[in-house]
Amino acid sequence: MKNFAAVLSTVVLVCCAALILGRKVNAAGEGKITGTVKLDGPAPHMKGIDMSKDPYCVKASASSPAHLETYVVGANGGLENVVLYISEGLTGSALTQPSTAVPVFDQKNCVYSPHVLAMDVGETFKVETSDQTAHNIHPNPNPMTGNIGWNQSQPPGAPPIEKSWKAVEFIDVKCNIHPWMHGYFAVVKGPYATTDSNGSYTINDVPPGSYTVTAWQEQSGTQTQKVTVAAGAAATADFTFKAK
Amino acid sequence: MGTRLQSWTLLVSSAALLAFPSISWAQLTTFDIGTRIGAESHVGNLTGHAKDASLPYRRYCVGCHGPLGDGNGENATWMDPPLYPKPRDFQLGVFKCRSTPTGTLPTDQDLYDAITRGFDRSNMPQWNTLSKQERVDLVAWVKHFSPRWASEKPGTPITIPPEPEVTAERIKAGRDVFARVQCWKCHGVQGMANGPSASTLTDDQSRPIAAFNFTDGSRPKCGNTDQDIYRIFMTGLDGTPMPSFADNIKPDEAWDLVFYLRTFMSQPSKEKEMAKQLALKPVDPNAPAGQQ
Repeated sequence: MKNFAAVLSTVVLVCCAALILGRKVNAAGEGKITGTVKLDGPAPHMKGIDMSKDPYCVKASASSPAHLETYVVGANGGLENVVLYISEGLTGSALTQPSTAVPVFDQKNCVYSPHVLAMDVGETFKVETSDQTAHNIHPNPNPMTGNIGWNQSQPPGAPPIEKSWKAVEFIDVKCNIHPWMHGYFAVVKGPYATTDSNGSYTINDVPPGSYTVTAWQEQSGTQTQKVTVAAGAAATADFTFKAK
Repeated sequence: MGTRLQSWTLLVSSAALLAFPSISWAQLTTFDIGTRIGAESHVGNLTGHAKDASLPYRRYCVGCHGPLGDGNGENATWMDPPLYPKPRDFQLGVFKCRSTPTGTLPTDQDLYDAITRGFDRSNMPQWNTLSKQERVDLVAWVKHFSPRWASEKPGTPITIPPEPEVTAERIKAGRDVFARVQCWKCHGVQGMANGPSASTLTDDQSRPIAAFNFTDGSRPKCGNTDQDIYRIFMTGLDGTPMPSFADNIKPDEAWDLVFYLRTFMSQPSKEKEMAKQLALKPVDPNAPAGQQ
């Protein structure tokens, strides 16, 4: 019996070690894709939002008045909210984005934060509310893709909603109570990134290989570029969009 | 001569266009749909077969719902939302009146009930003049238009606990729920469909849609029993702005809300009498949370 326990623990130890080592080897070999996404020309005027329908929203957004977020342009023309993903070249286990943090879609001051939430197919994401007014979260996917829409309320203090999507799609999200609230769930396959306020991004955990990187912007559509990622190195892919 | 040549080119190119129909997701072809002609439905001890419903569908339904079930029948043009909603697009497989949670397929019984009941304030009449077997066959036919039934099962119907006795306390508690989850944003503080968000409501196809007016004598679209009303806010009406409140209203509170909603309705009821005695005031939209 003692012998059996010893053998069992050794086996368990070896397995764990193998798992840990295996992961390490993988991580060392993985590269990344980085770059900047810019908007060509002057930033288009984004209309202000009239929130007078809901006095709470007016008050909440008084310090920083909300405006449409179709193009959010930062310093040096950097374009925010562009989703970058690998549209060709991924195989096998690389197709699954290692889950780090759960993507969170917050309703704050009667706008969506972030405006565009990227996620992997099947990845769990959370919808939260920080507002003291009722919202309804109403994504409207195309049912023919396999993604099925739903519509749930979140009154003040409501618990987060946890969901995931079945298929690749850029899904419109809206709140019927506050018709100006509009955002996207960008559901992609494999590793992804979203540009920050400077327009820069980094897609981590990309195994060495040749890929097609796609950049998606809600109004301007998609652009692609071919990149080659070397082991442990960063490949660069910069994009420039024109306002539509 | 030039004109004749031009018209020939036009004719040939339009013929070519017709010969190669573009298949888009919004418009399934007769072939795609035809592959699901074996669809079945089960209601009670009856089994419906899609193939048996093709004649009754063509006789009773096609005028509005169209040969492809996409809601583009020849009468659909004349229906103007929000007063008269457009016919349902069966290809999407999204239905308002379900006993199942938001984002899931309805049960066969739900579809059977919808056909039987019809929809108040729409062009959909009650079809209880058709035989039960015909209606069950039509359920199978409705299902065969959408690929969703091939890959998904209907949702699990929500559990509705037995209805408690109406009390003044419960009506008051229902008023608190109405205030807390902010039903009045669309339905108005007196249930008159005049809340601040009522005028901008749109459905999933971006067509204008009206919130339910509890006070004008309309019957709720998904039935008028207390259970039917309970079901509406716990499942949501998919495809419309009405969300599911299942995560935010407890079953017991849901009954309180049903009783409170009855006080708005023009039909005489015990709840209405009690509200009168209580001299209940409409909720105050500007009151801070929890202080109605």
